[in-house]
Amino acid sequence: MSILVFAEHDNSTLKADTLKTVAAAQAIGGDIHILVAGSDCQSVAQEAAKVNGVSKVLVADNPAYQHQLAENISLLVTELAADYEHILATALTTGKNFMPRVAALLDVAQISDIIAVESSDTFVRPIYAGNAIATVQSLDSKKIITVRSTGFDPVGTDGSAEVVAIESVTDAGISTHVSDELSVSERPDLGAASIVISGGRGMQNGDNFKLLEGIADKLGAAIGASRAAVDAGFVPNDMQVGQTGKIVAPDLYIAVGISGAIQHLAGMKDSKIIVAINKDAEAPIFQVADYGIVGDLFDVLPELEGKL
Amino acid sequence: MKVLVPIKRVIDYNVKVRVKADNSNVDLANVKMAINPFCEIAVEEAVRLKEAGIATEVIAVSIGDKSCQEQLRTALALGADRAIQIETDEKLDALNIAKLLQKIVEEEQPQLVILGKQSIDSDNNQTGQMLAALTGMPQGTFASVVKVEGDKVNVTREVDSGLQTVSLNLPAIVTTDLRLNEPRYASLPNIMKAKRKPLVVKPAADFGVDLSPRSKLIKVVPPATRKAGIIVDGVDTLIEKLRNEAKVIS
Repeated sequence: MSILVFAEHDNSTLKADTLKTVAAAQAIGGDIHILVAGSDCQSVAQEAAKVNGVSKVLVADNPAYQHQLAENISLLVTELAADYEHILATALTTGKNFMPRVAALLDVAQISDIIAVESSDTFVRPIYAGNAIATVQSLDSKKIITVRSTGFDPVGTDGSAEVVAIESVTDAGISTHVSDELSVSERPDLGAASIVISGGRGMQNGDNFKLLEGIADKLGAAIGASRAAVDAGFVPNDMQVGQTGKIVAPDLYIAVGISGAIQHLAGMKDSKIIVAINKDAEAPIFQVADYGIVGDLFDVLPELEGKL
Repeated sequence: MKVLVPIKRVIDYNVKVRVKADNSNVDLANVKMAINPFCEIAVEEAVRLKEAGIATEVIAVSIGDKSCQEQLRTALALGADRAIQIETDEKLDALNIAKLLQKIVEEEQPQLVILGKQSIDSDNNQTGQMLAALTGMPQGTFASVVKVEGDKVNVTREVDSGLQTVSLNLPAIVTTDLRLNEPRYASLPNIMKAKRKPLVVKPAADFGVDLSPRSKLIKVVPPATRKAGIIVDGVDTLIEKLRNEAKVIS
């Protein structure tokens, strides 16, 4: 029984989330291979070869895979699928994009966003924005799974797997990449940061997010936002933490001016320690916070920055 | 060009769902239902394409029992021209939903299919991509900008690292993200007008699609609850607690 894990990467480095997806594969049990699909991505393959518990790294290095277009990647993965009973990808935007396409091409269902493995065909996943936790058994012979990385601890990286090149190229020829507009930030990635500080509607405007920056710099934290803050146009969507944004589970999550709508809680309530700063003592965020400060964020934030 | 918009009836996004005492599923009895928010954005985008003279007809489709006609009427009130209900009492897997939608695509031959990126009940994020695979169409998922240009559509996508723009050959599938647009409110005259727009009901069984379930729901439980925290009296206490009690900062 073999498991294929799709590597998350940017053609130069392997994303740490892949280590957690490999952990999910280990929980299923079987011979684990990693697929690195990209262009000029040999350095990723070398990193992937060191991931513990992996016996083989398949490298599909071709311009057709450079931007990991779903149309091309899904054909590649479908072609490889015959050898595997389970195919896993991290539930980030790349995996979410192409994996259902693979499932449909193989005529099997997909189990999305698993947070635990019960057995080789039974998995646990949140539904209704995490207000219910479902245990689901797949009835298909092949299991197509996306893994929510907050559910698993990363595996180590002192292994040595065999690296094998995949020569065949699948280009569907129905889509092309036009451009990327990447957010540039010196701060850690939201998904990987051990501390996250997020602002909500209470921040009042985008400029006031600067109040979070000084604190984030002192703590080495990533900056996030609630959907309300994104909807109001304060900050871009890639900062959104929540049911339909990013799911994070840092050691420390500081929610500032966030009321705590269920859609936001879905994205952060698995954090180890939650701090809430809000002037409304009745705000639902205080029901999930370990420590709360009831007060005006415009007073609290400068004081916090000064005293850290 | 024709635009097809599949929509889903779900629990209203403001309602906090409860798990049934026997852990068989969530309890949806007497709960307020609504059109899935991402589907509403999809309807709005299609209607805007029509208003811009790009789309000629907007067709809403939903799969479910009679109650989903309510959401189809909502779509008609927002500006869709006609509606199709695929009638079934079964809760179908995303793959089976996509297979039924594939049949509608074959019948209607739309140039663009716009769907919500995920429904807020099952949180699967699958149907659009599966429909794209089954119809052989390219896909622009998590869209924040959609621009039809000749025989292509440019879709700007919300990805983890920012924005990515792709160019897709038409016909194509688009799934909506939050910032694509802000849906309008249906006006009273339009709600009245929607009642007279055509709504066709087609039994799911008539499509000749094998709808047997692909997965089995074993149990549903409430999430682990966090233990209640404390309100601290100020920044000094907070920092002290984070350093010495929680030990999450140094």
